[in-house]
Formats: sequence, C-alpha cells, structure tokens
Amino acid sequence: MNLPILAAAIIFWLTAWAFNEWLVRQTFQSEAAKSAARFAVPLIFGVTILVLWEGIVRGFSVPSVLLPAPSMIWHKLINSLPTLGADFRQTFLKAVLSGYALGCGLGFAVAILIDRSPFLQKGLLPLGNFVSALPVIGVAPIMVMWFGFDWQSKVAVVVIMTFFPMLVNTVAGLAAASHMERDLMRTYAASWWQTLVKLRLPAAWPFIFNALKINSTLALIGAIVAEFFGTPIVGMGFRISTEVGRMNVDMVWAEIAVAAVAGSAFYGVVALIERAVTFWHPSIRGGRA
Amino acid sequence: MQEPSFLRDKLLPVGTVIVLLIALWYVAAVFLNAPFERDTAARAGTEITFSEIVRNTMAQERPVLPAPHQVIAEIWNTTVNKAITSKRSLIYHAWITLSATLLGFGIGAALGILLAVGIVHNRAMDRSLMPWVIASQTIPILAIAPMIIVVLNAVGISGLLPKALISTYLSFFPVVVGMVKGLRSPETIQLDLMHTYNASSAQTFWKLRWPSSMPYLFTSLKVAVAISLVGAIVGELPTGAVAGLGARLLAGSYYGQTVQIWAALFMAAALAAVLVMIVGFAHTAVLKRMGAKP
Repeated sequence: MNLPILAAAIIFWLTAWAFNEWLVRQTFQSEAAKSAARFAVPLIFGVTILVLWEGIVRGFSVPSVLLPAPSMIWHKLINSLPTLGADFRQTFLKAVLSGYALGCGLGFAVAILIDRSPFLQKGLLPLGNFVSALPVIGVAPIMVMWFGFDWQSKVAVVVIMTFFPMLVNTVAGLAAASHMERDLMRTYAASWWQTLVKLRLPAAWPFIFNALKINSTLALIGAIVAEFFGTPIVGMGFRISTEVGRMNVDMVWAEIAVAAVAGSAFYGVVALIERAVTFWHPSIRGGRA
Repeated sequence: MQEPSFLRDKLLPVGTVIVLLIALWYVAAVFLNAPFERDTAARAGTEITFSEIVRNTMAQERPVLPAPHQVIAEIWNTTVNKAITSKRSLIYHAWITLSATLLGFGIGAALGILLAVGIVHNRAMDRSLMPWVIASQTIPILAIAPMIIVVLNAVGISGLLPKALISTYLSFFPVVVGMVKGLRSPETIQLDLMHTYNASSAQTFWKLRWPSSMPYLFTSLKVAVAISLVGAIVGELPTGAVAGLGARLLAGSYYGQTVQIWAALFMAAALAAVLVMIVGFAHTAVLKRMGAKP
C-alpha cells in the first residue's frame, strides 16, 4: 500500500468537494462569471474522479488487470493511435454513420408515407412502441450470418435498432401541430404538402431530434455489440473482446475512452444542430419570464 | 368525434399489420432459402419444381431464415417437451437471464432513486453529478460489459452478480433522470403551501415530492426494466457463458443453428413484453390507489 499517494488523492477530493460546495453557493454579478462557474463545477467533479481513481489504484496497488490507472490508459491511448484510428474508422465511420443515416432516413420516410393512412398508423405504432422495449440487439448474430463479417452486417443491425424510435417519434411529432394551426392552413387553402413542410414538419422537429439523440447512442452500442458476433480483425467491438481475452485491460479502457468521446461528440453534434433548427422552442430559448 | 373502439382502433389495424408481416416473412423465407435447395438439386443432377422448392424451404434444418412455424415448433419443443431443469430447456435459460435482469433492475432502481433524492436535496450534487449522469448516457456502456464480466471473473466473482451489475449500470440512468424530474415536478405554489404548514423537508418529501414523482418513476422503470434485460443478455455474450438467452444466441451463431437463435430471440422478446407489462400493471395499480383518474 502506498499511503502518501492515497492520502494526497483523498485530500484533493475533499478540497475539490469543498470548493464545489463553495462555488455553487456564490452569487456572481457578471454573466460571464456565472456561466464559467456553471462550467467549472462538473469539470472539477470529473477531474476529482480521475484523481481519486488514480490515487486508489496506486495507493492500494490494485493490479492493472483489474483496473488500470487513468495515466496508464492515457499512455496506452497515445501509443496505439494507429490501431485505435483503424478501429474507429471501421466501426464508427463505416458502420455507425451509414447505419444511422439509413435507419433514421427510413424511419422518417415510412412515417411520412403512413401519415395519410390512420389505419396503418394505428397498426404500426403499437408495434413500434413494443419493438422499442425489445432486446433488438439480439438480431446481431442473424445479421452477421446474412450480410457477412464486414461492416455491412453492422450497418444492418444499426438500421434495425434506429428505425423504430425514429418512426414512433416522427409519427408523434407529425401529430403535434394543434387543430387551430391546421385549420389556419386550411383557410389558406394550403395543400397537404404545404401544410407538411410549413407547419407540421417544423412542429415535429423537437420529436425528431429526440429520436436522433436517442439513436446516436443506440447506433454506437449496436455496432459495437454486433462485432462481438464476428468481424474482420479490426473494429472497436472486436478490439474490446480480443484484448479482454488477452487481459490487456489498459487497451480495452483506451478503446472505451475513444468510444465514449466519439459517442459524446456524436450526441453533442446532434444537440447543436437541434439548437440551431428548433431555436424557437421554449426549452432552447431559456425560460426567462 | 367517434368513441374509440377496441376492435376498430386496436385489434383490426394491429392484427392486419401482424398478418402482413407474417406473410412477408413466409415469402422472404422462400426466397432466402431457395438458393440452397437449387444448389442441392443441381448437385444431385435433378430438376426441382417451384412447388417443391416452396415445400422444402419451409422445413430446412439450417435455413437462412426459418419459417415462423419452425420457430414456434422449436420454442414448443424446448419449453413444453423438455424438463425445466434440463440444459436444453429454453425456460431454464430464460430463468437464468431473468434472475440476472431482476437483480440488476432492483439494485439499479434503488440506486437511481437514492441518487435522485441526493441530487434534488443537495445543490452541489446537482451541479456536479447531473451533467455527468447525462453525459454517461451518451457512452456505449454495453461496450464495457464483456470487460466487467471477465474482470470480475478474474477476481473470483462469477455467476449472477457480474451480469446483474451490467443491468444495474444500464438501468439506473433512466431512473435517476426520471426521478429527478419527478421529484421536482411539484409546483412552487404547492411547495409554498408545505412551507406555510411549517413542514420539515422530510415531510415535504414524503407527502408531496414522493407521491407526485410516481408517474415519472414508473415511466422510467419501464425503460429501465427493458434495458436491464438487454444488459443481462449482452452480459452473457462474452466469456462463452454456458447458460442464459445470450449464451443461446452466441452458441446458435457459432454452430449455424438459426432456428435456435430465432427461438431465443422470441423468448427474449416475450420476456421483455411480460416485464414491461408487469411494470405497467403496477403503474396503474399504484395510481389508482393514489386516487388518480384512469
């Protein structure tokens, strides 16, 4: 056991905690300081977790097979950038992005297609809701059998996983415009297409972006898990499952760090686009009454 | 406005879509399995007629896409015709997965509620934890699943708990997010009323915040129970687990037993549906008890 390191980590943790407690109790005059504080609190918390993690691993000399220290993961990450880059390209750029675009596009298209048929909507919506609760990930082995080991099978899994959330949310969104607004469009003698493009789609954007955000996470999970069922010798899921077998846990954590950053960035980009598109929505404008 | 009727608005549309899907499935089964039949016939040097192809594709041993009745027969065989304790019984595998799911779901729900209570009552926790709770939802947690299993196995913890931990990890996020929203759902005017009663924060919690969070709690519990089943299944994938629905999926994909994969898949779907339904029933029961209008 290495007491000084452990003690230092715990002291850092307590200090950071106290500082955070103090920070949230402050009232700042300027807007800049306020937003800086809002940004700093979670950041300090995150850094504290890392320091505490490092301190515990070193302090108790936890074997690196069990839990490698953050510094070790960082070292591994820097040293194996080419491998990680290849995995990222295979899994994220090929499988996740194309599957995400296809699945969301299909869900959106089908929702528009069944928009004119209440019968089909009533038939498909309960099924869509039901499928959202199912372990859809289980189709992965079947898709691997049908479409082969390469990224095409992962695309298929991602398409199936992202299709239903998109369908359900788009249909709900298209119903979001109120009767009064629709009546107004009718008095303008607007056609179905004009009503769709000028009223109902804009009203549906918050719902559609909700699905896009859910799907950004689902897509990455689907692609990675599908790789557990068979893959060429590249890809994030492949790397995770083989390096676990070889007990190279630091490499696994490096891969997870890449996946986490990629997933968060993906989500962040979708959220940013949402802010730009649905700038009129109350949750974006901010509730300053 | 017409009164909504069960037959016209539920059964008929949903039934039509399901029948269409099954029909589509049969057609797809014929088309996907036909090449194999043609190859066999060509190798044997015989001509094969279309009706023979159709008949054969319905009963292949390792079809590309098994026909629905094959899957149902397989499920029937492995549930009713096998002893429950048998390793080949689907009920046995489903039980293994279910127990991991329920354990993980229980821990996850409890943890989620506790965290949410902390977040609502402590501002530092709110500011520092909440962004990370949201950020961690964007991380593919399932990717860590195999590692958790293997690492815990290496320390000597094996069996139910590692799988349950993955379920916990997955299921506590929706509960935290839902419960924070729910515990904050009382309006200022209601909180002010509690204030005028000189209610302590514990009283406010039990008499106002907790009851008003119930709808949010059950909505997130539905999501959580579905996702903890996914967690348990994925937790069974690595390490060549020997039992559970995930292990059935993996074994089926190794040995090309498509019928077995589909049967396990259907079982998992049924399990998910039942679990979500139970939470749904609990939801209605609790709300009714609280005097909410149905």
